[in-house]
Amino acid sequence: MTLELFSQYIFAGITYGIIYAIVAIGFNIIYNTTGIINFAQGEFVMLGGMTAISFNHYLPLPLAIICAVLVTMLIGALIEIAFIRWLESPSVLRMIIITIGLSIIIREMALHVWGDSVRALPYFSGNVVSSITIMGASISPQVLWVLAVCSLMVILLSLFFKFTSLGKEMQACAANRLAATLCGINAKNMVTFSFMLSAALGAVAGCVVSPITSSQYDMGTGLAIKGFTVAVLGGLGNSMAAVAAGLLLGIIEAFSIAVGFPLAFQDAIAISLLLLILFVRPHGLFGNKEAARLKEF
Amino acid sequence: MTTKKLSALALLVAFMVGVQLTTHVTGTSYYLTQLTMTIYSCLLIIGLCLVMGYAGQISLGHAGFFAIGGYISAALTTFNFRPALEGGSSWVELLNTTGLFTSRTSMFGEPLLSVQPWIACLLAVSLTALIALLIGIPVLKLKGHYLAMATLGFGIIIFRIVLAMEIFGEADGISDVPGFTLLPGLTVNGNLDNRVVNYYIAAAFLISGFALLLNLIDSRVGRALRAIHGAEDAADAMGIDTARYKLYTFVLSAVFAAVAGVLLTHYSGGISPSDAGVMKSVRYVAIVAIGGMASLWGALTMGGLLNFLSLRGLFGSYDDAVFGAILIIIMLFAPEGVLRLKLWCKLKGHKEEG
Repeated sequence: MTLELFSQYIFAGITYGIIYAIVAIGFNIIYNTTGIINFAQGEFVMLGGMTAISFNHYLPLPLAIICAVLVTMLIGALIEIAFIRWLESPSVLRMIIITIGLSIIIREMALHVWGDSVRALPYFSGNVVSSITIMGASISPQVLWVLAVCSLMVILLSLFFKFTSLGKEMQACAANRLAATLCGINAKNMVTFSFMLSAALGAVAGCVVSPITSSQYDMGTGLAIKGFTVAVLGGLGNSMAAVAAGLLLGIIEAFSIAVGFPLAFQDAIAISLLLLILFVRPHGLFGNKEAARLKEF
Repeated sequence: MTTKKLSALALLVAFMVGVQLTTHVTGTSYYLTQLTMTIYSCLLIIGLCLVMGYAGQISLGHAGFFAIGGYISAALTTFNFRPALEGGSSWVELLNTTGLFTSRTSMFGEPLLSVQPWIACLLAVSLTALIALLIGIPVLKLKGHYLAMATLGFGIIIFRIVLAMEIFGEADGISDVPGFTLLPGLTVNGNLDNRVVNYYIAAAFLISGFALLLNLIDSRVGRALRAIHGAEDAADAMGIDTARYKLYTFVLSAVFAAVAGVLLTHYSGGISPSDAGVMKSVRYVAIVAIGGMASLWGALTMGGLLNFLSLRGLFGSYDDAVFGAILIIIMLFAPEGVLRLKLWCKLKGHKEEG
């Protein structure tokens, strides 16, 4: 394999990988504050892309994306307030089924609103054929957009959790909900906020990849299962590890095509990896076994 | 078997016969086709009910087991071995002399040589059981979210496989699956003049499966399962081999799903990738949840009702959305199932007092 081809596959891998990482971080934010895995996480990505496409008919692209993110955040908040907030210590099984139900409803509503056609946002700069040559690989400028926006989100997010009072309050809730409540933090609002945050993350990711991968009403499930794979691979709840794991999965997928693995089975790779990790190392590649034992899965 | 259970089963038999007679009298026997399909779905659902309600393990991959059963039986009974035989393949010749194959002609008069349905059925069901066993050993060690995701992942892999492999017909699925002659005179197929017979064949399968499960949950195994559901660690401490019981129920329910898959495929004459889809699995989980998780009767009635309404096309293009909404509403307001709503119990309580 030539160097050009190699770097071409690497770029393809990290583009997808970073999207998986963003979905995984969305899982982690909600998991940390509530202990729930939100099976509707992939639907946020779909909603972000689809609403941005619709807004783009009337608004310039940047404004359309901002509006789409805000709308998705609002939907995230409404979902939490309507379906999660008032339940008193629900069982894990119950929460799984509720979020699965939500993902179906969102998907079916999207089907009735937008139909089953494949849509895409226009390229942020340049067009389909424009390309930039880096390390011998010719890549679309949109790939750079994806990498830049997603990296920026990850950095901002870690700064948010480290330095802002709201971020610290959310972390306090994640660490010990009762103690946080006793310190005067409104834990319920923090949960709502975590849904909004992870909806916003998903929506931004959905917008930046839309020109490359296109958006369709049923794209959520596949992304959700890959995002979950990545979240588990890195260790559930650990966002920085999720980025590493995301890139890893993206690159594995890209090179599986390079070695001639049939494209139709590409999804099967991620899922087999998920099953393997769950069976041999459920605390993740970077997770701590002792700490994982204390969590309720 | 206690008299209570016997009378309940007798009631079920009477109901099944009653439905057939009603359709006969009112001249609506076209309902029977959809009823037969509903019955096969119910067979899968009561199996899933055992896993979810009694062993307390969620499975989002049961459509996968249904598909393994249906697809393997369909592929074996439609794959034409005649060219291989004429090409002089020695193992096909050997298998042919053992009577595993059956000759027939296709719609266009072309001679076909395919596997005997009985053999195909046995292979399909035992392969499903084997896969369930191999998958179940690691999967059932997981709990909660991880179990849900692992079974969901299994379902998606099966879906991808049937969608990508030429032998399974890719996106078109497999059609022209021949009938399945259980005994001389009893054939599972979609012929209209065979409709009543097929309805009773399906009913016989469902009732025997149901009786088996009713007995199972009242046995030592059933008590062990309920102990596992209540508190797995406690059950473990009481000397119940929790892993083994969970595995056995999982495999048994996979076998139920596979049998349903085989029979329904031969009945409707084909199977398509959507039968293996995630949405189908979610739908089965929804029905078990509505029935009240740990209630075979609940699963049976709700499975019958909702599947039939869905097959009649009552929900139109909102079919999947309806099941999603049902899931949410049930889990929010009545996690014990509709038949055990608080309001309902209160009314019943008042009645007993007064």
